[in-house]
Amino acid sequence: MPTRAEFSSQHLESGSQKHRHIYTVSQLTQDIKLILENALDYVWVEGEVSGMSRISTGTVFFTLKDERAQLKCVLFFNTALSLKFQIKNGIKIIVFGHIGVYERSGNYQLYVEKIEPLGVGSLQLALEQLKIKLEKEGLFDSSHKKPIPYLPSCIGIVTSATGAAIKDILKVIDRRFRDVEIIINPVRVQGEGAKEDIAEAIRDFNRFGKVEVIILARGGGSIEDLWAFNEEQVAYAVYNSRIPIICAVGHERDVTISDLVADLRAPTPSVAAELVLPKKEDLRQAVEDYLGRLNFNIRHTLEVNATQHKIAHKKLQLLNPVLKIPHYRQRLVDLDRQLGMSIKNFIGLRAARFQKVIEKLETLSPLGILSRGYSITFKLPEEKIIKDAGALGKGDIIKTKLHKGEIVSEVQEAG
Amino acid sequence: MAEIKFEEALKKLEKLVQELEEGDLSLGDALKKYQEGIQLSQLCSQRLEDAKKKVELLTKNKKGEFSLKPFDESKADEASA
Repeated sequence: MPTRAEFSSQHLESGSQKHRHIYTVSQLTQDIKLILENALDYVWVEGEVSGMSRISTGTVFFTLKDERAQLKCVLFFNTALSLKFQIKNGIKIIVFGHIGVYERSGNYQLYVEKIEPLGVGSLQLALEQLKIKLEKEGLFDSSHKKPIPYLPSCIGIVTSATGAAIKDILKVIDRRFRDVEIIINPVRVQGEGAKEDIAEAIRDFNRFGKVEVIILARGGGSIEDLWAFNEEQVAYAVYNSRIPIICAVGHERDVTISDLVADLRAPTPSVAAELVLPKKEDLRQAVEDYLGRLNFNIRHTLEVNATQHKIAHKKLQLLNPVLKIPHYRQRLVDLDRQLGMSIKNFIGLRAARFQKVIEKLETLSPLGILSRGYSITFKLPEEKIIKDAGALGKGDIIKTKLHKGEIVSEVQEAG
Repeated sequence: MAEIKFEEALKKLEKLVQELEEGDLSLGDALKKYQEGIQLSQLCSQRLEDAKKKVELLTKNKKGEFSLKPFDESKADEASA
């Protein structure tokens, strides 16, 4: 195969057309193709994606570039399908493939057979891309998240029917509350068919009803093991569930897309069981406390009221007009006595005066005069008192009242 | 019959107790609230004691009809569904 140096020297040296080797385009291109495709076997190339486009057959064309050069790449449909993550302009990748010369367009390109993201695992990248996509679609919105019921009477669990997760959950529930209805919808939690199982199980609970909350659980594992919980159809099943969902997948560090969409995230299945139910003992204690406070308070209130009542009653009693009766009675008695005494006095005084008057009267009384020897003469039968002797004639009958006794006599001589 | 939920009952009970403890109520009101409180606490206790433990598996037949089967916890190591 003539070297580049030999070619140019041939051209320069020859003067006549007879000594120049003139290729057709096809021939030259063919040579180039042979050189290139033999010199370079399968290669790994790293670079940044740009100018990505897709044609109707599904074949993807893009350019890998760095600061100084570009390489056209072709990615066929079936290879593209097997990719976990999406190729986008700007991302840095490593590709594996072989160089081919495409004679029709006169360029060389890399026929890609494998692609890996640069720096991070393909699953990681796929996860990041899906997170961004679903966040834009609103699947992680906190306004969409529903509250978990405080004391559900029926709990649904979507998990493997075997394995540590279900055992842990049942154990914790048993310890905390025990008497609750649990319905398990068993699923494959990894591998083939897992994402369909999980999504369907969530929809099943929504159709069946009765359960008030769902725990979506899986034990720990690698990103591949947990991958079903990152799938879009599972994310949408969680989002569309009208029954609230607590998601407990993997260990503390593992955050899957289901964790982000769920109404509540638990770092492990055991914690999910703690979040779903309060401790029965705690609740019993709370009710007892309230009952105790109620009783204490009502007793206290009644006592206070009773005391107030007593005080008021006493006050009232003191104000009772009946109480005043003895007082008034006493007054009455006193007044009575006073009256009595006054009257006595009065009477006494009057009596004294009367006595005086009587005495005076007596001295003035004709009957008193009589005691001094005087007499009163009455003319009978009229009983008229005679003061003048001339009023009498001989033969008149007269009565003479003496101090003691009376004399009846006939007048012999008067005047 | 719409039953009051446990959480609601417990919250109401808490509020009642607080109102009683604030002490500004007339005797008549206090007695009324006490009675209500007693009823609520009984309701709560009942709710806690009446529940029964049940663990079941949800199964679906080809027609899409659901049924429940008892779940044997001791056999959780065997594959099922």
